[in-house]
Amino acid sequence: MSNMRTPLAGARRLGAAHSGTHHWLMQRITALAMIPLGLAAAVLFFWASRAGYFEVFAWMHRPWILLFVVLLVIVPLWHGFLGLQVVIEDYVPNRGMAFALITVLRLATVAVALLGIIAAAMVGFRSF
Amino acid sequence: MSSRPMPLSPHIGIYRWQITMTLSILHRASGIVLFSGALGLVYWLVALALGPAAFAQAAWFFHSWVGQALLCLWSLAFFYHLLNGVRHLCWDAGWGFAKRAYRTSGWLVVVCALALTGFAWAFGWLLAGGGA
Repeated sequence: MSNMRTPLAGARRLGAAHSGTHHWLMQRITALAMIPLGLAAAVLFFWASRAGYFEVFAWMHRPWILLFVVLLVIVPLWHGFLGLQVVIEDYVPNRGMAFALITVLRLATVAVALLGIIAAAMVGFRSF
Repeated sequence: MSSRPMPLSPHIGIYRWQITMTLSILHRASGIVLFSGALGLVYWLVALALGPAAFAQAAWFFHSWVGQALLCLWSLAFFYHLLNGVRHLCWDAGWGFAKRAYRTSGWLVVVCALALTGFAWAFGWLLAGGGA
């Protein structure tokens, strides 16, 4: 016996990953969420670009603003990860290399998102 | 057997230029650019958490010509990706698939993205009283 695996196990590996629909749906849901989030961010950007440190600091102490900023970290990074994952899958022909790149991207995205959430929380919950 | 090359499926080089293919490529390119924009946002938040000195340094960076060029690129990518993203969501809902419709909506996205970016920067300059 040169092959201990059943033909079915071999065939299964070649099939779909069974998570394509979920990926597609999450990409659309995060895209829809980005419409109001992005527009609100664009408006607030003008204010933030002129505000000083203590103005921004005080502003971040409002719960709704803090929630908005945390969402503004999570949703774009999530949507961006899903998009970059597809770009890697399309343009990196070596499947092992593509898997490695996507894994690194996944870990890096989670790390950056955590960094942003921790930074926002540090500002939001710190007293003057 | 002769060493005749294997037949290839038609690729980019064989097609006449169309607005749709350019916008498709630009949607991906702007998405990649915006991912770096999300990193810029996290950098700004981390600077805010670190204190006034780090925040002032971040503000200096975003006001430098490199920072302004990045903000210019991010704003254009943002408005383009937003408008073209809505165009994609409309297609997902089954609207706008006629040839005429997707060409018109494509040009509309280009014009509106440029106009919104120009408007945003003009508004920013007005607010800042000249020089952002």
